[in-house]
Amino acid sequence: MNVPADLKYTKTHEWVKFDGDVATIGITDYAQSELGDIVYVDLPEPGRVLNQGDSFGTVESVKTVSDVYAPVSGEVAEVNGELEASSELMNTDPYGRGWLVKIRFEGTPSELMDAEAYKESLKG
Amino acid sequence: MADFPLIFEKSKPGRLGAPPPVCDVPGQPLTDLLPRDLIREPAALPELGELEVVRHFTNLSHRNYGIDTGFYPLGSCTMKYNPRVNEAAAANPSFTGVHPMQPVETVQGCLRVVHDLQSWMAEITGFSTATMQPPAGASGELLCLLMIRAYHESRGEAEQRRVVLVPDSAHGTNPASAARAGYRVESIKTDAKGLTDIEDLKAHLSENVAAMMLTNPSTLGLFEENIVEVCELLHSCGAQVFCDGANMNAMVGVTRPGDHGFDCMHLNLHKTFSTPHGGGGPGCGCVAVKAHLEPFLPTPVVAKEGDAYKLEWDRESSVGRVHAFFGNFLMNVRAWAYVRAYGREGLPEIARHAVLNANYVQARIRSEFPPAFDRHCMHECVLTAKPLREFGVRALDVSKRLIDYGFHPPTNYFPLIVPEALMIEPTETETKETLDAFCDVMLRIAQEAKENPEVLHSAPHNATVGRLDEAYAAKTLDVKWNRNPGSPVEVG
Repeated sequence: MNVPADLKYTKTHEWVKFDGDVATIGITDYAQSELGDIVYVDLPEPGRVLNQGDSFGTVESVKTVSDVYAPVSGEVAEVNGELEASSELMNTDPYGRGWLVKIRFEGTPSELMDAEAYKESLKG
Repeated sequence: MADFPLIFEKSKPGRLGAPPPVCDVPGQPLTDLLPRDLIREPAALPELGELEVVRHFTNLSHRNYGIDTGFYPLGSCTMKYNPRVNEAAAANPSFTGVHPMQPVETVQGCLRVVHDLQSWMAEITGFSTATMQPPAGASGELLCLLMIRAYHESRGEAEQRRVVLVPDSAHGTNPASAARAGYRVESIKTDAKGLTDIEDLKAHLSENVAAMMLTNPSTLGLFEENIVEVCELLHSCGAQVFCDGANMNAMVGVTRPGDHGFDCMHLNLHKTFSTPHGGGGPGCGCVAVKAHLEPFLPTPVVAKEGDAYKLEWDRESSVGRVHAFFGNFLMNVRAWAYVRAYGREGLPEIARHAVLNANYVQARIRSEFPPAFDRHCMHECVLTAKPLREFGVRALDVSKRLIDYGFHPPTNYFPLIVPEALMIEPTETETKETLDAFCDVMLRIAQEAKENPEVLHSAPHNATVGRLDEAYAAKTLDVKWNRNPGSPVEVG
């Protein structure tokens, strides 16, 4: 299972990459492997304000529909429009072209795990 | 399926089966009889001989898999055998020949069937009365929520009570029905024993909760041991408790949700009471209620006065209709025949054998497919294929391989909280020999997974079609025949 060392993780299997005041968010390799082939993703409008823990969209696979949760609080700056036509990018490149949203975040997000802690949580 | 043309593709202009008799009145052009805007282009129905049509549909039917052809342990669906005598009863012209708008004096027998079932279902479930009107399980769920809202309205609390609680193991229809009824859904966790997490439930209780929707036994195949406490907790904050009766097959004749404290429940007659699953209908999602919800039942209510049956329309608090006329009446006839055939002594045997069979399967294959929660199960067992992950094999591969051995796969990947879930519901109608044959194959598949996983990855090998590209099918749904290939399909 691919868990890049430079990212932060949530219990609900989102990853976060911090770059200045922008956090890029996607779902982890583990999440995409559990979901199976992803066929549709519903993302928020840019400008929407989210609190940490809010559901900001849904990911539909051939098996199930799952909510995705905001790991940080802030305003949605950008969404990955490429996923509308190519949702399979979340399966093939979850940490790259399969990213979901960028959030201009505020405050200090709590309860995020580093790569080691996330790997450990997957062993349960 | 290039080898199996559609009947439209077999059509040849002018070919026909039995020729219709020559018209014995003067013909008139359609344009003289109908306004021009109502006349559409010819329907282009397929033109074939009778033998071609018979062969087409007979060959298609051979590709079907059903309970009549083999074991069908699809968890949560109760795919049991429905005795043929139910069909004979439902085909009686005295039932099939009536019209729903006949005067009630002329359909007393039909109304008796409905009225009997209303009281039998109420007695079996421990409620005051029942309605047979909802045409499906989810419709029954929605009706219960509408009645619960009407109940809160009658007490002036509808505005504050906006939340419906649903366990994280619930059928997807529960949160969908709650959302449809305009409620906000909050999810309640499952504890380490596979039961409703009482502490998490307490944390969600408030005067904003309208109801909790709870399946018992749960979708994990486990009986909610704390069900009396759960109902009391909900009632203590003024909320109602709905029982999803999808798993009534585990309890029928043995224990009653009404006695556990529920306020209302629905029943899928096509699961527990032996009506056909059909292709999505017609069904009956009977709803049973306690006395305080009776005023809100949909009209018309079938009532009895002396020896005569009548329809009651005058119920000012009713939530109104949920289906035309009386729901799908002939489903009532089948369930009536089934309940009468088993009777008071026979009904508990259904539940006992359903539970016994599920536990037998769980015990026989648990060495390779351990239960998600290590306890005796009710009418279905939820196992996990997780131990096979290290060989690169997943629950889906096991399911597909079962097809090669002639069995319908169990439900997989549900409930969502169980990784690599295989949900097996054998039902009470299977013999020990059938259960053993299935268990033998499951153990053999586990062996194959370790020695030759590729044979699982590429399964099924003997079916009409192999592994389907489900992602492509979901994204590029195309189920309409295009009479002019190359041009876009007309929508409408």
